Amino acid sequence: MSAVFERNALPAMQTSHCHTPLNNYRMGLLSVFFVCLFFSSAFAVDRGNFKTCDQSAFCKRQRAFKPGQSPYRALLETLELSDSRLTLQLINDNNKVHLLLELYRLQGNMTRVKINELKPLKPRFEVPDVLIAEPPTEPLSVLSKDDNGVVLSLGAESQRLIVSARPFRLDIMEGPEVLLSLNSRGLLAFEHLRLRKDTQAQPEGAEVKESVDGDQQQDEGKKDEDEESNKEEDGLWEETFKSHTDTKPNGPTSISLDFSLPGVEHVYGIPEHADDLKLKTTDGGDPYRLYNLDVFQYELYNPMALYGSIPVMLAHNTQRTMGIFWLNAAETWVDISSNTAGKTVFGKMLDFVQGSSEKPQTDVRWISESGIIDVFIMLGPKPSDVFSQYASLTGTQSFPPLASLGYHQCRWNYNDQEDVKSVDQGFDQHDIPYDFIWLDIEHADGKRYFTWDPHKFSQPKEMLQGLMDKKRKMVAIVDPHIKVDSGYKIHNEITSKDFYVKNKDGGNYEGWCWPGNSGYPDFTNPEMRAWWASMFAYDQYEGSMENLFTWNDMNEPSVFNGPEVTMHKDALHGKWEHRDIHNMYGLYVQMATAEGQIQRSGGAERPFVLTRAFFAGSQRFGAVWTGDNAAEWDHLKISIPMCLSLGLVGVSFCGADVGGFFKNPSTELLVRWYQTGAYQPFFRAHAHLDTTRREPWLFGPENTALIREAVRQRYALLPYWYQLFFQAYRTGMPVMRPLWVDYPKDTATFTIDDEFLIGSDLLVHPVTEEGSRGVTAYLPGAGEVWYDVHTFQKHNGAQNLYIPVTLSSIPVFQRGGSIIPRKDRVRRSSACMENDPYTLYVALSPKKFAEGKLYIDDGHSFNYDTKKEFIHRSLTFANNALTSSNLCPDCNFLTSSWIEKVLILGASKPSKVVLKMNGKETPVDFEFDSSMSVLTLRKPGMNAGDDWTLLLQ
Amino acid sequence: MTCLHLLLTLVFAVSLGTPVEIQRPRGVPLTKKQFYEESKPFTCLDGSRTIPFDRVNDDYCDCKDGSDEPGTAACPNGSFHCTNAGYRPMFIPSSRINDGICDCCDTTDEYNSGAKCENTCKELGRKEREVLQKMAEITKEGFLLKQQLIEEAKKGREEKQGKVTDMQENKKQLEEKVEALRTVKEAAEQPEKEAKERHLKAWEEQKAAIRLEKDKAKMAEAFLELDDNSDGFVSVSELQSHAELDPDADGTLTETEVQGLMGGAAQVDTSTFESVWTNIKDKYHSEVSRKEADMSRLMTFEVVLGKFGSTLSWLCVVQAPPTVKTPEKSHEDEEAMPPYDPDTQALIEGWLCCQSYSSIRLNIEKELSFDFGPDAEFTYMYSQCYELSTSEYIYRLCPFNRALWGREKNRPENNKYLVMKYEHGTGCWQGPNRSTTVKLTCGKETVVTSTSEPSRCEYLMEFTTPAVCQEPANTEPSPHGHEEL
Repeated sequence: MSAVFERNALPAMQTSHCHTPLNNYRMGLLSVFFVCLFFSSAFAVDRGNFKTCDQSAFCKRQRAFKPGQSPYRALLETLELSDSRLTLQLINDNNKVHLLLELYRLQGNMTRVKINELKPLKPRFEVPDVLIAEPPTEPLSVLSKDDNGVVLSLGAESQRLIVSARPFRLDIMEGPEVLLSLNSRGLLAFEHLRLRKDTQAQPEGAEVKESVDGDQQQDEGKKDEDEESNKEEDGLWEETFKSHTDTKPNGPTSISLDFSLPGVEHVYGIPEHADDLKLKTTDGGDPYRLYNLDVFQYELYNPMALYGSIPVMLAHNTQRTMGIFWLNAAETWVDISSNTAGKTVFGKMLDFVQGSSEKPQTDVRWISESGIIDVFIMLGPKPSDVFSQYASLTGTQSFPPLASLGYHQCRWNYNDQEDVKSVDQGFDQHDIPYDFIWLDIEHADGKRYFTWDPHKFSQPKEMLQGLMDKKRKMVAIVDPHIKVDSGYKIHNEITSKDFYVKNKDGGNYEGWCWPGNSGYPDFTNPEMRAWWASMFAYDQYEGSMENLFTWNDMNEPSVFNGPEVTMHKDALHGKWEHRDIHNMYGLYVQMATAEGQIQRSGGAERPFVLTRAFFAGSQRFGAVWTGDNAAEWDHLKISIPMCLSLGLVGVSFCGADVGGFFKNPSTELLVRWYQTGAYQPFFRAHAHLDTTRREPWLFGPENTALIREAVRQRYALLPYWYQLFFQAYRTGMPVMRPLWVDYPKDTATFTIDDEFLIGSDLLVHPVTEEGSRGVTAYLPGAGEVWYDVHTFQKHNGAQNLYIPVTLSSIPVFQRGGSIIPRKDRVRRSSACMENDPYTLYVALSPKKFAEGKLYIDDGHSFNYDTKKEFIHRSLTFANNALTSSNLCPDCNFLTSSWIEKVLILGASKPSKVVLKMNGKETPVDFEFDSSMSVLTLRKPGMNAGDDWTLLLQ
Repeated sequence: MTCLHLLLTLVFAVSLGTPVEIQRPRGVPLTKKQFYEESKPFTCLDGSRTIPFDRVNDDYCDCKDGSDEPGTAACPNGSFHCTNAGYRPMFIPSSRINDGICDCCDTTDEYNSGAKCENTCKELGRKEREVLQKMAEITKEGFLLKQQLIEEAKKGREEKQGKVTDMQENKKQLEEKVEALRTVKEAAEQPEKEAKERHLKAWEEQKAAIRLEKDKAKMAEAFLELDDNSDGFVSVSELQSHAELDPDADGTLTETEVQGLMGGAAQVDTSTFESVWTNIKDKYHSEVSRKEADMSRLMTFEVVLGKFGSTLSWLCVVQAPPTVKTPEKSHEDEEAMPPYDPDTQALIEGWLCCQSYSSIRLNIEKELSFDFGPDAEFTYMYSQCYELSTSEYIYRLCPFNRALWGREKNRPENNKYLVMKYEHGTGCWQGPNRSTTVKLTCGKETVVTSTSEPSRCEYLMEFTTPAVCQEPANTEPSPHGHEEL
């Protein structure tokens, strides 16, 4: 939840309650005395609380520069080439400041471009802890060099990198094609560190050549000496927004670079924005903003910043998919325009490209407030290549405990242990499965995280044991703001260890959040993170047990009385300003929390941590949700592109609050949201404190049944979800993906974001319109077929299919050519289904072929990783034989699950079915439904870990 | 690999004191035993198909209705019957068979999961019987109490009706008396009246002067308080700190609003403050009283969780217990008018007496008009309050003013007296008006037993009273009756 706390909210609330004459009191028939010491209250925030580009000094400054001749020149004589690293100085001809360019060829078809000041006054921030390792490099070699530039070979025979000297630009080419150009529009701008003139002791002469304002000056003529006054207006050394002043001791430090993508019309990514999947051009509006913010009641379809930031953009056309990873954790803005470039001056080397200047082009410009330029260009060419390239840099999705893929029941707040118990029983009474029940901030003693309210949750272990008895789990919230209270152990330890973030004057930074006055631990400090992790030990976190997991909210960080509801940029994390690290604060919180959960089990058990704020690399630490949405149809719709965008840039474990956080959903909306959420990776219902209760059984038996059915469909498919997460963990492939990822040449798929794929094999088109009588789903793949998973009806690919719907419909299709294992015996939690048998859904392609995978492990420990204790099998149907073969022969895991049934969709009737196993053949009973061409093999009975073949004769 | 799940159960039934073995497939209730005959093919209970009997409980679902797998988890819609000898037999969804969680007290649902279940049926049965017995006692005693309540209510009602009649009579006499008195008095009244009016007028003038004086004093005091920086001027910002002055009551006192109050001036001195004072005096809270109010806000205040009826607007917070003096009243005391002359006084008293008869009668009639239940058994709660203290709050339930009985859906009409619905309580900040549902259960005492807030500002109270105790069933279960299966 989020809210802005304002002091004046308190009296405002109460005056509306007062002035009651005595006689009214006597008529008060039912009354209550509240004895309370503190009220927190929500207060609506509008757009005006958040900056536009114009209100953000560096963005305004940078955006004022228009494309044109770049003042930067490459000093080719400074070129140095080691085996894998090329360095070269750049000079800004306006101010003579030297920059250092570093180029790396990285393994896996990537190029890294770093630009920093050659001699900065002091070091500039370079983002640590996001890359999983220093990326391995490949040799670079110079193909040719003259006064105009250098041509480098990029490993792959036809790939070249061209460095043009005057003006400086980079072009990456493959054969005759330019894949991507840097600074082709001349928007490279690097504000170098400088001394503040009015405090400067040394003579002006030393700096006289430096035009403070102008790293780049196309607007010739009127710059001259009125700069001095402009400077203050431009917020170079100080900036004020809504009564918050940002002192900028380092002055202007922003950076900017443009990228041109010839032949590209579709770009994606750079979450988090409540907007369409395909990014829009930003001409005439604000750029997409990346600045982690607690936005109260966010609006849809605009480029405003939200809770998390992943500075990764994907570019796609029918030929190629590429990615740009801008590794910078400061406030960042991204401008996108289309077909505006292509007219810029191309070097001699590029002359032949002129002919294709007609073709579409997308231009992108990144602007960040501080740090350095550090860009990874991922050259694909296939979508899956980009995913694995990005994964090789920042890691893959953590492999979650199986239970966390089940259904989560949350509310702000379950009031007390009794409430938790009765909700838990409600699920059993109504036969709806669930795995996790969640506690929001009210569970803690006065919002002192790691504690329990002594009255409402006096026996947490008893409560947790009660859940454990039903093989269920709990999540309790632990936010990063710490109540300043000398009676609070966590606060005292952080204080004594000096772990709090500091304000600009060196004292502990304090701000308002849920508990009132709060400190913010400096999670960028590894010692602080280690200490934080140790707080999750069972003997430290009193009342915790192994089935208690954690939720990190408000980790943008949210500071109710801070600028834009977050931390002051001049606050200090050691020697770095908050400005430098802002977007990765939330990542560090989740990192430390996940580490704590791993440590409490001695490294044996997988963690589960949900976060609201995130950055590149956050996928390694758990799940993400889309924050405080609302019970509105448009919010249901936007959950699809929001999670798709996250999936494209590594975060597969994504979900939106089912039902909508703010406001009360209509029954229809709630049902539709369950149906949609059941097919999204992180499946959690959540609701605001002020909403009416909405447990699934409160809307009449018909709606309870509809919700039950949606949740049961989720549970039946858990083996598939789990296998996909294993794949995501291994390869970086997104679990929930846009259609174009699997159909990259089908332009019809490029803008679709009202339906999506789960893995490659399930296509989901949830109903997200009120009162809908039907939806039109696009089934991709010419020559392919899709099977309705409910009726087994077969449909041809590459068509728009109209599907009439009722309130019970969830349009889902299985791809012909796939095999999906399900557990159709749905029980009250995923753990209860551990030993249950599988049903294999074999959907045949027109060529009577199908394949799939089955993954099994213990569902919760790291033994799959440390001891190779898992089963990974390939299932193939070809030549009328279904075969299970081992994908990991040196793996070792025993399951008691078996194959109870095989459904073959699109089959013809065999005369006989035989199971071949261990050299023996046994007949298998079968049934054939000729109306839908479904062959059902009855109880073949083999263990899920065995080698076997089923022969249709 | 699957094991053979066609396990027949041996059930010892205690019937007429003689144990009898009844063989039937696992999970089948006695009532359906006849459909499962080992010697015959099995027809699904929905009649959809017939299968060999060895496919019953073979851990594969053949029947759409799940009837072929009463004892395994194979069918998604199956149900499993546990006999629970010693306690109550029950059905559980077949998905709870062998899921590692003990559901049936006789442990029969976990026959192949490795779960260590203990047979708790006897214990549960014993406890249930104890509870039932206790409830029966409570019902019995409660019902007796209810009869008393009905009797008392009846008496009270008769008394009150009598009183109303008496009063009507009395009033009539009084009215006649007053009328007579009036005629007599009217003759001598003229000079009296003039005197009285003079007296009144003089008093009014005097009172106005006193008020003006007080207002001036208050104004001066307010000026001093408002002038935070003691510069002899009250400025916009100084006034803005008094949120209670907000003219549109939207919770914020904007600068423009303040300027409006100040007649457009940026600051005022003591003389010009007079016009401002006229604008604000009705709402102005002195700092002292504000501080007190703040304190009480933090310590104790009262919120109305809901009211009967819907015609009255919602009630609001009062500061703590009703013993708080209201300032208006004390002012009136100071300004009390000197007494009238004896004759006028007598006349007025006569009138007042009539008036009070009327109002008492009105109150009684109002009371009599309530729905106190079919036998007026809820009458005793009228003008009573019942309190429950929790760690955080004291809840107080005062059941009657305008009766509004709720009725739960799917309950027969005659049970409507089991739920009271209170709505239109104090508004919740950014939320709905508070409302409360009170569930009444039979008990010997009239007490609020629990309160909860399932949703924000929607309260639930459990309330016991003899008034809802039903007449105990004639056939009381004999303590030594035979145990059901």
